[in-house]
Amino acid sequence: MRALRILIRSIRDSFKSVGRNFSLSMAAITCSTITLILVAISIILSYNVREITNTLEKELTIVAYVKKEATEENVEELKKELNSMSEVENFNFKSKEEWKAEMKNESETLNATLDYLETNPLLDSFVITVKDVKDLKTTTERIRKYDFVSSAEYGEGMVENIVGAFDIVSKGTIVIVIALILVTAFLISNTIKLTIFSRKNEIEIMRLVGASNIAIKLPFIFEGFILGVIGSILPIIATIYGYIIFYDKMGGHVFSNIIVLVKPFNFVFYIALILLTVGCLVGMFGSYRAVRKYLKI
Amino acid sequence: MKLIQVQNCYKVYKNGTTALADLNVTIDKGEFVFVIGSTGSGKSTFIKTLYREEKPTKGNVVVGGINVAKLRNSKVYKLRRKIGVVFQDFKLLPKLTVYENVAFALESLGMETKEIRPKVMNAIEKVGLKEKTRNFPSQLSGGEQQRVAIARAIVNNPKLLICDEPTGNLDPETSKEIMKILERINKELGTTIIMATHDREIVNRMQKRVLIIENGVLAGDYLKGSYKAHESIKNSN
Repeated sequence: MRALRILIRSIRDSFKSVGRNFSLSMAAITCSTITLILVAISIILSYNVREITNTLEKELTIVAYVKKEATEENVEELKKELNSMSEVENFNFKSKEEWKAEMKNESETLNATLDYLETNPLLDSFVITVKDVKDLKTTTERIRKYDFVSSAEYGEGMVENIVGAFDIVSKGTIVIVIALILVTAFLISNTIKLTIFSRKNEIEIMRLVGASNIAIKLPFIFEGFILGVIGSILPIIATIYGYIIFYDKMGGHVFSNIIVLVKPFNFVFYIALILLTVGCLVGMFGSYRAVRKYLKI
Repeated sequence: MKLIQVQNCYKVYKNGTTALADLNVTIDKGEFVFVIGSTGSGKSTFIKTLYREEKPTKGNVVVGGINVAKLRNSKVYKLRRKIGVVFQDFKLLPKLTVYENVAFALESLGMETKEIRPKVMNAIEKVGLKEKTRNFPSQLSGGEQQRVAIARAIVNNPKLLICDEPTGNLDPETSKEIMKILERINKELGTTIIMATHDREIVNRMQKRVLIIENGVLAGDYLKGSYKAHESIKNSN
């Protein structure tokens, strides 16, 4: 019961204190709001990027064409070679007849042209998928070096650009977010420092009458916690409504049908939870730092 | 019964100043003791070690069974709950009323409101401020403010009341009132009182045990009433 009363008293005192240092509290809250909005954006971005990269990875294949003069034995040899490559996830052999059938299906003109030709001008090929999309280029280069491989292709250039751009974007946001989290923690810590100074007399009397250390420190820790929680309200609302509206407006994808957005439920609630946790932790970390540094008991 | 036992107590500050050097004092339960000494004599340091505002560098300081010298920072509150402290500058919270100032002490300890009220009223009554419970410190005279501070110090029934120059800011008449209250607390509640002071007039009039601290050592320990006699002998010489 005694602990509960001390807890209630601490919470009451910390709310009072937020009101008393209103302007500074507002600064800390605003900073944590901005930070958390950026945290939300970075999570949404990186999560979507991961989804998109995953989809792209599944779609990306290397097509290696076998030279016309290659015998069946040569093809078998090539199969063995591909099997032994560690970066290759799997591969399918696609004969020139299969290509022909596929192409004939594609358009009337192609159909007529291919029918007109007596021999099949196409090449046998392997459709290869790799384990890691980053290995795409090197793997293609290795395959090109084999005898009996006339050429090997993948979406050269474009793939690297997309993956590289996504990488820069997500790394950049992480750096900004970390910097902002530090600034917020510092601002909250500063707010608490001022509270500690403004309540110097109260603290002194509490010490003198024998209030336990935890009873003295708790209001300040709660104050940081409250600043963090208040700071996370707006970002949470903005994320939930913002993302749902954005998703609906875009129809669930951006640019083309390939780039599909993550579905809003329960994704937004998961982000809201992260924001609340980050807000609380940053607030408590800030006040803990101030209490350690300035509250000498 | 011994309440305070100071044995071979040393206090050397970080800057090298020796404030206490081999101090030995014993104070019994229920005693009223004056501590006198010039500025820089170590008198304040002695008082501060009793409520563990200062930690002795060497030696033992046992207060109410707790060895202050070995007390960890996190356990200091256990000692403080047995002690009441009154200062020269009252240390009241200006935004709280008389009642709230006294109740603050008990609230900080997490005591229940039901329990707090009678204790606070009792303490305020003891210092004679029953009529002014709703006043703010700014509406009180210096003497009245000090009485509030005393009420706050005794509200939790401490075994020991430490007064660090409680009359330093008050005129002689008001000082007398404060001394009367302290004497009453000592007699009626049996609270041990240790009071540091510069006011020789009070010391002479009250006829209590007197400890003189000079250069960090106990320069004199006069039992009840003998200090005045000693003074008059010194004066007549």
